[in-house]
Amino acid sequence: MSDFLFSHDLLDPASYRQAQTDSACGGFVCFEGWVRNHNDDRPVIRLEYQAYEKMGIREGQRVLDEALEQFEVSGVSCIHRTGTLEIGDLAVWVGVSAHHRDAAFSACRYIIDEIKLRVPIWKKEHYADGDSGWINNEQAK
Amino acid sequence: MISVDVEFFAMLREHAGREREKVETNADTAAELYSELADRYAFPDIGRMKVAINQEFSDWESRLSDGDSVVFIPPVAGG
Repeated sequence: MSDFLFSHDLLDPASYRQAQTDSACGGFVCFEGWVRNHNDDRPVIRLEYQAYEKMGIREGQRVLDEALEQFEVSGVSCIHRTGTLEIGDLAVWVGVSAHHRDAAFSACRYIIDEIKLRVPIWKKEHYADGDSGWINNEQAK
Repeated sequence: MISVDVEFFAMLREHAGREREKVETNADTAAELYSELADRYAFPDIGRMKVAINQEFSDWESRLSDGDSVVFIPPVAGG
């Protein structure tokens, strides 16, 4: 499995992991991005993700293809949420399977870092005080 | 005069008050089109924006063609 997808509904990590099982692989590394209840000490009550999906799927797939080329990995996938998310919801899931663990760790790190930099996805934070704002990955690492 | 399809996201969608617009324009480049729409909708400075033409990141000085799909990309925040 080697796909980048968007989902408007709650993510289902068990099924993504299942889709990636491979008897030739000895290691699987997964990254889950969760909705946090604060940003810079400011209480956050929910998030909204908007994506330019047509381009995002192409750019996200390109990131996965690069990971397959650069690291000795067998399967790579990434699913990103859109829409309104509550605290604790899964925002993004990255999974990498490989014959050996080193490549899986490296590829997983590469994928989430590049996704955050390149895929056209925007996040609006809604704060406990009623304020809200679009934030970006240059401000918040 | 050309016609381009512009789709708005994030704060630009809020400024424009719409998701998409077919824009008839004399702009030659993506930068000129941004400037024209920035005047109309009070968009932020072009400083940290990028632009995608037909789903590919493009140079601001790229020349626009009739029927192009143009999206201005504010700083992204996935993950």
